[in-house]
Amino acid sequence: MSVFSAIGEDREIDRDEFTPGIEPQATWCPGCGDFGVLKALKQAMPEIGRTPDETLLVTGIGCSGKLSSYFESYGFHSIHGRSLPVARAAKLANPGLEVIAAGGDGDGYGIGGNHFMHTARENHDMTYIVFNNEIFGLTKGQTSPTSPKGHKSKTQPHGSAKDPVRPMSLSLASGSSYIARTAAVNPNQAKEILVEAMEHDGFAHVDFLTQCPTWNKDAKQYVPYTDVQDDDEFDFDVTDRREAADAMYEAESRLHEGEVLTGRFYVDSERPSYGEEKRATEEMPEEPLAERYLDEDAEWERSADLLHHHR
Amino acid sequence: MTDLMWRIAGGSGDGIDSTSQNFAKALMRAGLDVFTHRHYPSRIRGGHTYVEVRADSEPVRSRGDGFNFLLALGDSFARNPQADANTVYGNEEIKPLSENLDDLNEGGIIVYDEGLLDEETLERADIDLEARAEENDWHVFPLDLRGLAREHGREVMRNTAGVGATAALLDMDLEHIEALMEDAMTGDVLEANLEILERAYDTVREDYEFDHDLRVPTGDHDEQQVLMSGSNAVAYAAIDEGCRFIAGYPMTPWTDVFTILSQHLPKFGGIAEQVEDEIAAAALAVGASHAGVKSMSGSSGGGFALMSEPLGLAEMTETPIVLLEAMRAGPSTGMPTKPEQGDLEHVLYTSQGDSCRVVFAPANVTECYEQTRAAFRLAYDYQLPAVVVIDQKLSGEMRNADESFFDREPNTDPGSVLTEAEISEAAHHESGKFKRYQHGAENGVSPRSIPGQKDGRFLASGNEHTPEGHISESPTNRVAQMDRRMRKLDAIRGELDDAESSHQTQYGPEDAEYGLLVWGSQQDTVFEAVDQLNDAGESVKALGVSDLMPFPESEVAAFLESVESCMVVEMNASAQFRGLVQRELGRFGPKLNSLLKYNGESFEPHEVVDGFERIVSQEASVPEGTKFVPAAGD
Ligand SMILES: Cc1ncc(C[n+]2csc(CCOP(=O)(O)OP(=O)(O)O)c2C)c(N)n1
Ligand code: SF4
Repeated sequence: MSVFSAIGEDREIDRDEFTPGIEPQATWCPGCGDFGVLKALKQAMPEIGRTPDETLLVTGIGCSGKLSSYFESYGFHSIHGRSLPVARAAKLANPGLEVIAAGGDGDGYGIGGNHFMHTARENHDMTYIVFNNEIFGLTKGQTSPTSPKGHKSKTQPHGSAKDPVRPMSLSLASGSSYIARTAAVNPNQAKEILVEAMEHDGFAHVDFLTQCPTWNKDAKQYVPYTDVQDDDEFDFDVTDRREAADAMYEAESRLHEGEVLTGRFYVDSERPSYGEEKRATEEMPEEPLAERYLDEDAEWERSADLLHHHR
Repeated sequence: MTDLMWRIAGGSGDGIDSTSQNFAKALMRAGLDVFTHRHYPSRIRGGHTYVEVRADSEPVRSRGDGFNFLLALGDSFARNPQADANTVYGNEEIKPLSENLDDLNEGGIIVYDEGLLDEETLERADIDLEARAEENDWHVFPLDLRGLAREHGREVMRNTAGVGATAALLDMDLEHIEALMEDAMTGDVLEANLEILERAYDTVREDYEFDHDLRVPTGDHDEQQVLMSGSNAVAYAAIDEGCRFIAGYPMTPWTDVFTILSQHLPKFGGIAEQVEDEIAAAALAVGASHAGVKSMSGSSGGGFALMSEPLGLAEMTETPIVLLEAMRAGPSTGMPTKPEQGDLEHVLYTSQGDSCRVVFAPANVTECYEQTRAAFRLAYDYQLPAVVVIDQKLSGEMRNADESFFDREPNTDPGSVLTEAEISEAAHHESGKFKRYQHGAENGVSPRSIPGQKDGRFLASGNEHTPEGHISESPTNRVAQMDRRMRKLDAIRGELDDAESSHQTQYGPEDAEYGLLVWGSQQDTVFEAVDQLNDAGESVKALGVSDLMPFPESEVAAFLESVESCMVVEMNASAQFRGLVQRELGRFGPKLNSLLKYNGESFEPHEVVDGFERIVSQEASVPEGTKFVPAAGD
């Protein structure tokens, strides 16, 4: 029996396998956009052909962070803003795993902003889903980094004086090699985009618009939306950085005005992933490092090999 | 014959480090025991720096009291590219000669570069060298080191001239020094250095009469020796424990270990990551370990503060990691290149909730190796974070040890990890989820699976969770999980108490009246003081404590029972270790007083001796730079 026999298992996979037979009752509010992410993710998994045992879902903290509780796979419900460093190390340790990180806009663009920038820059081969509901959900409705300017909340009673973060533009500038935006109200597109993101060899960032009917009643429910790939108005080349940047800027500006544009905004399939880069410079082993610990025949070097420098 | 305590002083960037390292190695190869002590400012060029190399035929425990040979190299600003450095740095115009006279022992030797250290410098510093030399019986040798170097090579090689002069004055063979140079250099550079070495040696032999007693002692090792720093020992222990993942962010003095492992792990099939900050660094260690790789991170005080979050996450998710905390003087950025033991409470209690971690504070280079290995083993067997805490002194000091000490079998066992075959036999929830966090486990350890293993699925959560890992606020589950996690510490304490080689070290006569209690890097210095005190007719013993959590209650209690009174020696201003002892043992308060030092320097043995006099006589004052705090309730 191989050490990680779940990895690379070749069989028909059913989306129901991703529903935990435990705590099936999600604590999300009725009508919450988070249900849409969960559904799209479960639908995407059979298409990419990955089983629960070879998938690691690392989440942050927030309503969104609970995704790992309602999705059956290896899961890591980490701490606020830190899902990315946990996830990317797991991918380096065992590149055979399907690694997905997920969290909210506060989690990813606020407290975890630095990790977002650097994980994108390194282009780790993983998928990052940000539940963007323009609000802090779990802590009960405070202004988040994506809340529109002028947004009023208990902690910003006079209305936020800050411009919201532009997640896709930030992502492009940071180095993500796949960037898309989708919305919970559009399950088919959402599924397609998640499939692409997971199959992409590099850092795939999906800004996932999710409505929060409980704390963000004013905000649009992200309908009607326009798919930029289906609309002639947005005839841009997703592989061209400049065109992609313009399209993102446009989409982000229009969202502030209440118009929802979704779809793929940037795809770079040429750039090698971080793992490939590191293997090319021999800074990372060819075989998954994690396997060696369970392989009785593995050979290990000792520090004694270095002692001659000290004589 | 007295032991040699050689100080080489100059500006940062003068090659003081490499020269002293080679000199120490040469003495080691000549059969002596050596110890080096580094002093350097937080800047890249200029500024005053020195390294002391102490050598003896007997085991050397500390830097010793003062020093007895000064090799004063050039003016630290002589080659500073900033023409106005003197004005920019104000009074920091440090001269290696004038600056280093205060701790030079009676009968000591001074070699200085006459080309750079002129009368004027001394005058400006208000030093009458001749008078002081007479008063202290110093033997002064002004030599044209720079000229010699220039004549046969380049001016920067004047270190070599200094070493040649040292060898001549100490009646030392050049053979080992030459061999080391041949290892390190080639071609013209080697030729020039060898030439300079010999010329300096000959010049001194021919031109001077020696009337000093100091000679290189003779020694003889039975075994091949290696010269190692605390940082080397920590890094090598990690390699031998199968650590193949390191993530970090530079911060002095942790950077040493980070650099060593970053250079070696990729060659050893591992992965090294320099990341955006320390939160990420420790979180990466957690992620890699969760995915089945033995991993490590670390920092110094400020960066360790950022690691507080992932440290707690590792405790709650029971993910093994090893963190190194290399302390420097705080608070905040403090004094980056100066040692202190001020982060004790920080490493013990940082992060929310009850601490469930192992904390070790090795005493010296060899213990750095042993305890780092133990930290990995315990972290992976018991699934918790282990913190090894050293300081700027221990990270940089070098000592010799038998090579065989470090030549050991690796341990690559990932600890309490199940194989797929074992997982298939293990308990699962009816949904198919593996019960990763089962309540029972007598020693607290519930074995884990690794992502990618078939049927090992579970949720690791930083929230309180059920046996399958799902978030739970059930009171019964909470108590069961909390109790199980805390039981690990009892089990570890039991294991450590049983261990053949306890890391607590008793030193001095068993039936002594007075006790000295010390932790971490100051242990050996205090042991040297114990010898001095007993030689002077006192009755003193010491206990050096290297295990901080779980705390070695019975060993410390037995020690304190056995003495009338006890002085706790530590490098911080608030007596943190004394506080820990009282907290853990809940008694002995009136028996404990403290000798504290927090001026950025580690203890010298005589300061401990003088501090001890204070307890006995109640009148003596403690040496400058130390502070005496009497027992509570006195
Ligand atoms: C270090 C830290 N700070 C604050 C919190 C409290 N907290 C929990 S969730 C959250 C905000 C979550 O907002 P978001 O990431 O947008 O996710 P959502 O709940 O909307 O899905 C905050 C501030 C925390 N858990 N940890
Ligand atoms: S608070 Fe908002 S984000 Fe959270 S579960 Fe309710 S609707 Fe969803």
